[in-house]
Amino acid sequence: MQAWLDSLIARGAFGPHPSPDLIYGAAIAIACALVLFLVAVPFASIVTWVERRVWARIQSRIGPNRVGPNGFLQWLADGFKHICKEDVVPAEADAPLFRLAPYLVVLAFILPWAVMPFASSLILADLNIGILYITAVPALTVIGILMAGWASNNKWSLIGGIRSAAQIISYEIPAGLAIFPVVLMTGTLSMQGIIRAQGWAPDRWFLFANPFCFVAAVILFISGLAENNRTPFDLPEAESELVAGFATEYSSMRYLFFFMAEWGNMFIAAAIVVTLFLGGWQFPAIVQSPRLMNLLQLATFMLKCLFLVFVSMWIRGTLPRVRIDQMMSLCWKYFVPISFINLLGTAVWVAIFPDGNRFTQWLMLSFGVAVVLLFLARVVAFTRRARMELYFHPTI
Amino acid sequence: MEPLSIYQALSSRFKERILEISDKTIDPFAVIEPTALLDVCTFLRDDPELAMDCLSNQTGVDYKDRIEVVYHLFSYKHRHSCILKVKLPRDNPVVATVEGLWRSANWMEREIFDLLGVTFQGHSDLRRILMPEDWEGYPLRKDFVEPREYHGIATVRESPIVRLDQKKK
Amino acid sequence: MSAFHTEEMTLNMGPQHPSTHGVLRFVIKADGEVMREAIPDVGYLHRSIEKIAEKVGYHGFMPYTDRVDYVCAMFTNQGWAMACEKLAHIEVPRRGEYCRVIAAEFNRIASHLLTVGLMGMDIGAMTPFLHALREREMINDLIEELCGARLTFNYMRIGGVAWDLPPGWRDKALAYLDHLEPILDEFNALFSYNKICIQRLANVAVISADEAINYNLVGPNLRASGVNWDVRKDLPYSVYPEFDFEVPLGRGEWGTVGDAMDRYMMRIREMVQSARILRQALTQIPDGPVLGKVVRNFKPAANECQVRVESARGDQGWYVVSDGTGFPHRVHVRTGSFAAMGMIQKLSKGLMIADLVVLIASLDVIAPEIDR
Repeated sequence: MQAWLDSLIARGAFGPHPSPDLIYGAAIAIACALVLFLVAVPFASIVTWVERRVWARIQSRIGPNRVGPNGFLQWLADGFKHICKEDVVPAEADAPLFRLAPYLVVLAFILPWAVMPFASSLILADLNIGILYITAVPALTVIGILMAGWASNNKWSLIGGIRSAAQIISYEIPAGLAIFPVVLMTGTLSMQGIIRAQGWAPDRWFLFANPFCFVAAVILFISGLAENNRTPFDLPEAESELVAGFATEYSSMRYLFFFMAEWGNMFIAAAIVVTLFLGGWQFPAIVQSPRLMNLLQLATFMLKCLFLVFVSMWIRGTLPRVRIDQMMSLCWKYFVPISFINLLGTAVWVAIFPDGNRFTQWLMLSFGVAVVLLFLARVVAFTRRARMELYFHPTI
Repeated sequence: MEPLSIYQALSSRFKERILEISDKTIDPFAVIEPTALLDVCTFLRDDPELAMDCLSNQTGVDYKDRIEVVYHLFSYKHRHSCILKVKLPRDNPVVATVEGLWRSANWMEREIFDLLGVTFQGHSDLRRILMPEDWEGYPLRKDFVEPREYHGIATVRESPIVRLDQKKK
Repeated sequence: MSAFHTEEMTLNMGPQHPSTHGVLRFVIKADGEVMREAIPDVGYLHRSIEKIAEKVGYHGFMPYTDRVDYVCAMFTNQGWAMACEKLAHIEVPRRGEYCRVIAAEFNRIASHLLTVGLMGMDIGAMTPFLHALREREMINDLIEELCGARLTFNYMRIGGVAWDLPPGWRDKALAYLDHLEPILDEFNALFSYNKICIQRLANVAVISADEAINYNLVGPNLRASGVNWDVRKDLPYSVYPEFDFEVPLGRGEWGTVGDAMDRYMMRIREMVQSARILRQALTQIPDGPVLGKVVRNFKPAANECQVRVESARGDQGWYVVSDGTGFPHRVHVRTGSFAAMGMIQKLSKGLMIADLVVLIASLDVIAPEIDR
């Protein structure tokens, strides 16, 4: 690649006296963008298929199963269908803003992938403010959605846009505050630095480091749901109230952009939780080859993220939607004060136990295991009572 | 209380303003003077013995020579019911509204106004409810003829069957 | 706050809106998320069914009654048949009455399943809706076997019902009831007792008993406000006196008596009672004919009567005037949805837009029943 670029420079393809650094930089940027677009977009699209299948099981239906094995290629078919559809811009809409809005939303979903720590050396840019970046950049979504709502010139869209803005901005605060306990403990804002401070075993995860971190993790996950307009916080596009909220007037690919961003953001929100609290890519050093190690780490990271994505699908299949005043009071009356207490509590904790407290870690871990076991026991008891014959076989 | 004894009580109180008490039909009814409607209804609602707290049904019937508005009253307190009727002239049927006594009359009176053309004096919001606002005529009247078109939308289509039908008439 | 001036926004909800349950329209005057008023505009489904009745005769009107309330058409069938029988003094054989009760109670369960499912859908949970429709589908299968139709049944006739229970149907129906009761528990665990569901429904759009009576609310909506009135118990018709069942009332366990949660729970509890009636009816059903002898073109003498039937949407009143010919002189249906719809304008004041959706769903209004 470098040789090819050098030959191009030598042939004068970029003018007589080009700066090689600039050209290398541009080439790397284009390559990264291509990789991102080829990875992030199909990933988000495949998640749509997973979501539809999982959701269908929960609702005792079959879901898409015609295109490809088990309907796996459904996302391609849907994408193709949406591209082929007519892109309608309503006559009364503010056309430039209307057209621009979906790109901002997609931008907000593409940018965070730059600092996504897939493995110990698989990261595009290990920024020293990575965690700040990854919480700040998705806020572009607000502008995109508000713009979409306003430019549609439709009152339902406007209400959807305003709801979304109110919701995302409110939940940024507890989400931001929930990050600080970890930052306090590690003293770094770099994604890799935070992951390196944890271990592969659950007792070394920050989730179980102290009680405050556990609460912070729960707040961060729920705020992530709210920021991405996921059920039970899907008020901006509440289909039974606002038709389709900010996306009411959109059609074709632009409509798809919104939903691709939503599903992609789901993954990003999960990745933040995994990085901060669930040990990221940490994997026991059982192989010597760095390449194989990186692959194993990638698999670990992905599995953890996908599990959280699955949990969010699960929640979507179970819970109704909250009302806007309830959503706001949850944020301002509960999450924000609790987050501040967390922050103070962690500061005190770090002052008392600068290197952590093994006993508390084990205690928290056993508490976590107990919660999971209790939950599993309830699920098992319920499935025994439920009429499983009503639910279709997973591979239909 | 049986409906007939309710009507007896009414006629002993309102005398000649109760025009007729009929027990020939399956459900007996009392015909009252249109001007006495509000007084009778207020009495029926407020008398503790009768306590007709619910206007269960209100509708109109076109009898070619008159229009009758029928009130089915019901008491949840005493579990009894009675039927009142007012007879109105066909060309200008006007009667007082009972909306002030039972809120459920609001929409039912709008429906009677819409479909039979009875005007309810004092009604707070007497608009057409089921038919379009600019509809002409009152569909449930016996002499109503369906217009051949509405805003350019044809309601009949020429066909040999329709022509035969018309010939028969 | 008075210095902060906000402008009133007029929103048009419907006639094509996902949660208006048919073709309804509301003109909403809103201040942000809070409604000042929601003015219902009905009539989009008006087909003048009452006028049609005057043209098609007594027997011929039966299929049209299905269209008055297509979600629980058995009750409109039954109301019309009972009114005609009362006018023409026709006796219905006992097995015919049992068939009517069985079909109608199955229809009530189906209708309530749709209502509780739609409630889930309207507050943003898809799963309860699909689970409820799955169960309703099985009832549709049963009724299809009974009368050949899944929605507009046209099952009843003046003087009885059209068809006897098919062979083996009784066992299927009983097997379905065995299946339904645990499913209702599962449904409650999934949705009814969900914290978010309770928060969304409790204390929303409270209707007091006096208001409910004054606005002529009927059926589950009335009973949710604590008024003990069920036509099946209090003005018994058909063979209902022979069955042992309870009339559930709104108790306000989660909020106030007469709130949306009470109206929602009414439907769940009535399904249990319907299942109870069905079990008794299916085991007690006598032998005999299902359709009495009725003159093909009967002409009841000039008379009039009112019949009240407890439909899934409450006390349905059929007022029929005959004039001695083969055609009714006037037919009027007093439906529960019409009265409930008239109340929405009053109830909507001060609610949020999201609550309006809950209100419509909890009152269980069906557009064709309003417009007829």
